[in-house]
Amino acid sequence: MALTDIPLRVVLYEGAGAAELPASDRLQAVRDLLERGFGVTRAGSERPVAPADGSPVLVLGRWDGPVPESEPAPKLRWGGLSGGSASAADQAEAACAAFSAPAPGAWKPWFPVIDYDRCTNCMQCLSFCLFGVYGVDAGKKIQVQNNDQCKTNCPACSRVCPEAAILFPKYKAGPINGDVVQESDLNREKMKIDISALLGGDVYSLLRTRSDRAKSRFSKERDSDKALAERQKCLTKLAAITADIPPEVLMSLPSPEEIARKAEAAAARAAQLTGSPAPGA
Amino acid sequence: MSSPASEVKSSPPALLYCHCKYAQVVPPEVKAEVLERLCQSALPFEAVPDLCELSARRDPALRRIAGAGPVKIAACFPRAVKWLFAAGGAPLAADTTEVINMRVQPAAEVVASLLSEELKANLPAGKAVASDAPGQSVPPDSADSAASAPVS
Repeated sequence: MALTDIPLRVVLYEGAGAAELPASDRLQAVRDLLERGFGVTRAGSERPVAPADGSPVLVLGRWDGPVPESEPAPKLRWGGLSGGSASAADQAEAACAAFSAPAPGAWKPWFPVIDYDRCTNCMQCLSFCLFGVYGVDAGKKIQVQNNDQCKTNCPACSRVCPEAAILFPKYKAGPINGDVVQESDLNREKMKIDISALLGGDVYSLLRTRSDRAKSRFSKERDSDKALAERQKCLTKLAAITADIPPEVLMSLPSPEEIARKAEAAAARAAQLTGSPAPGA
Repeated sequence: MSSPASEVKSSPPALLYCHCKYAQVVPPEVKAEVLERLCQSALPFEAVPDLCELSARRDPALRRIAGAGPVKIAACFPRAVKWLFAAGGAPLAADTTEVINMRVQPAAEVVASLLSEELKANLPAGKAVASDAPGQSVPPDSADSAASAPVS
């Protein structure tokens, strides 16, 4: 099931033609639905709720009469909340299956979110990420393109961002969790891990210019033994201060060649979108 | 005659509660009390299992919520909520959005802010529209094409 599939929306209806639920029943229904991963709209007349759209909808209520017919709307189903009815969550699961809507909870939503107020488009995150989460758009700006490929619980890309512009809202601490960025955060050693030092090369220059000259300097002028030693030193330092980065990520950081290849691939994708020739082509 | 903007501001805010289902970062006792008081209030509201998941899916619910006028959101850090909505293609309006942080605020404070009719806009300043973010432009007809709620 793709992340782009539209999930089921459950509406808890307590308006005309249906009884108002006791608060305890309302709480139980809402809590059960949320725990099973379904969103709920409690509709009423006192304040606005978001309007309907193309989502498949299940409307639940304690109806004055029979449960309304579900036909003919193909994406609308009605259900009851009276004593003999199945639970709200069970009805939602049935509706989900009937509409072929995505089953909730199949994927833990762990992925980076870019704070574009802070992002400088330096591409360090694209360079660093091993899992192809990042890409560039038609305007060659960094963006999260494959959030479901992110390594669960890995915040490594946010560690290398020099501007603290990458958030993981479920992370335990700030500013990665979205808390306000303090000057001290930017000055902290762990926020200043320099990927170019880590990889022993002038990666930024390569990424920025993507020119033959930069590529040449990258591949020819750097002593490979020296670069490897520097990389190992940085990895040790990184492991000591960022215990939450999975070891497999640390141990398989991309090589300079891989970074160059990723940058070129990203640029080629962007060129494809814009119709302009790829840099260096 | 009042402008459309002032009319939006004067309408009571919609309420959104995020259950943050897939992580343990919001204290469960805070979530439990906020949800209980919300259900006791008998006010209309939206409750979502996890805003992060909605953002990743670019769920239409985000556009519904962001496009419905003033809104109070009980979730986590305002900066995170702002960019989750933007990433989901549904930028929040800076002047009509209040985010209440269940990660750090006590339940009583969250409930008081959420159920109050007064809206204290608190999204961090800066670019607030999705079109400022690369590849995040919202189709012009996406929010307008929504029909009225079937039951409101």
